[in-house]
Amino acid sequence: MTTRRWPLRGVVLLYLAILIGLPVVFMVYKALQHGFGPFWSQLTQPGSMGALKLSIEIVAIAVPVNTIVGVGAALLIARHKFFGKRAFDTVFDIPVAVSPVILGVALILAYSRIGWFGGPLLRAGIMVLFSPLGLVLATMAVSLPYVLRSIVPVLIEVGTDQEEAARTLGAGRFRTFFSVTLPSIRWAVAYGVTLTIARTLGEFGAVLVVSGNISGRTQTFPIFIYDDWDQRFDTLGAYSGALLLALISMAVLLVLAMLRKRERKLRVDLA
Amino acid sequence: MSTALVTPPSTSPRPASHSRGRRLRARVGLGALAGGGGALIVGYLSLIVLIPIAALISHGLSISVSTHGAGAEFWRWHVTFGFRTFWNAVTASGSREAIFLSLWLSLSVAAINAVMGVAIAWVLVRDTFPGKGLVESSIDLPFALPTIVAGVVLLAIYGVDSPIHVDLFETWMGLMVALLFVTLPFSVRAVQPVLASLDLESEAAARTLGAGSVRIFFTVVLPSIWPAVLGGFGLAFARAMGEFGSISLIAGGLGRTTTGAYYVFNLTQGFLWTDAAAVSTALLVLSLIILVASNVLAHRYQRRTL
Repeated sequence: MTTRRWPLRGVVLLYLAILIGLPVVFMVYKALQHGFGPFWSQLTQPGSMGALKLSIEIVAIAVPVNTIVGVGAALLIARHKFFGKRAFDTVFDIPVAVSPVILGVALILAYSRIGWFGGPLLRAGIMVLFSPLGLVLATMAVSLPYVLRSIVPVLIEVGTDQEEAARTLGAGRFRTFFSVTLPSIRWAVAYGVTLTIARTLGEFGAVLVVSGNISGRTQTFPIFIYDDWDQRFDTLGAYSGALLLALISMAVLLVLAMLRKRERKLRVDLA
Repeated sequence: MSTALVTPPSTSPRPASHSRGRRLRARVGLGALAGGGGALIVGYLSLIVLIPIAALISHGLSISVSTHGAGAEFWRWHVTFGFRTFWNAVTASGSREAIFLSLWLSLSVAAINAVMGVAIAWVLVRDTFPGKGLVESSIDLPFALPTIVAGVVLLAIYGVDSPIHVDLFETWMGLMVALLFVTLPFSVRAVQPVLASLDLESEAAARTLGAGSVRIFFTVVLPSIWPAVLGGFGLAFARAMGEFGSISLIAGGLGRTTTGAYYVFNLTQGFLWTDAAAVSTALLVLSLIILVASNVLAHRYQRRTL
């Protein structure tokens, strides 16, 4: 039996090694080829730090907004009946199903100077294309569904018995939410937030289209890595940045695995 | 009553049937807030998703509305479709080739990973060996890794200065490796839970009746996981059609390695918004068709075998 398993096992391991294992190992090797010093100085140079700072600022805006929207929408979907619920639910999947590049083009055609609302926005002095505002909009769009998709199955499994008990005992809506509903979905919220952070920090395509890639103003960290490779031909810089983001991704996977142990309804394939 | 609520396997659960409890819950829940909060959420969705997509399609199809004089009633509006503009943009030599490249690459990538996804899921579910935990968690890495990092990771080994002398820069093979990388988790994770939930009795029965491993796989196992395989195929295809970050570096700048999404990006760099909108609309429709088709096939198959 064990000997017969080797062919399939071998094919699978070889495929994964060629596709994932070896590339990751070589990337780490190339980033640290000249030691830790050059890797670190690549990351701490002003351009790289500026891009990292902008990325973190975008995360700080997009993640809270999408968390609140996700929790609100999850409550609506799991606890209420309303007309157009199916369509409402589907809208959340659009940004993930659509190419990030196409999403970026769509945002420009709606809100830039040449877009639908270009005139009024221009008169109001609001610039979306080539500005941090555009980056935030694009990032919020691509990371939209993760909190919602994490919470809904848990909300449905938990049911409404406890919420109803709290309401019968005289707790108000807010109190019921904060002391009954929220504690029961806290791991799911944490799971969704972790996924959202990972997605926001790494977003590239949509952001590149709306950013205009202005160094120091609209250059996020992933775009900085792209420029390192494609414009400045600084491969060590690109490998260093990639290693930093890869380490963050691995930490994200670790956190997700821990949260899945706490709450069995959470799924691997949400991302 | 609510403890009896069984969660369906899909992520978009259907509401429970109209019961008295359900109505009661609607009243005691966040009922009154739902109106205001719901309106805010719908506004937000319109702002970042619905209005932009509508603007994209209307630009793509050059839909224009003329009212012939101020304040004309809406039934006097003239809506015109610039279908010729759309068609010219989509069939221009560069864009036609980019769309075809995306189509055949995405179809073959989804097919290869459908096969490999089943094999990997099989090994993860049925096999045990030292280091299996590492293999299990490596499957999710392409999910978590930013796409541009995926591109850099692949160029570290399959780039111009490849340490193993496999240079896939500016080749369709390079694009294919990148797309296989980013779509692998979809193909594996779609099949794995279904494979894990199969009962082993029918396989054992087939074995006692004298069927070999290969025959058992094709006559007993594959029919039950087929809908999941199709679902994974659809997801992987849609993802591959839209993928940009991971291929943006390995594609280089050649016409023969320009995929649909990359071509749209190039158009935006030249500020050719109408063409970009037209090609985007075509790509949207194509991935939608395959996604819906694979879902319909999966459902139909499931219904027939039940």
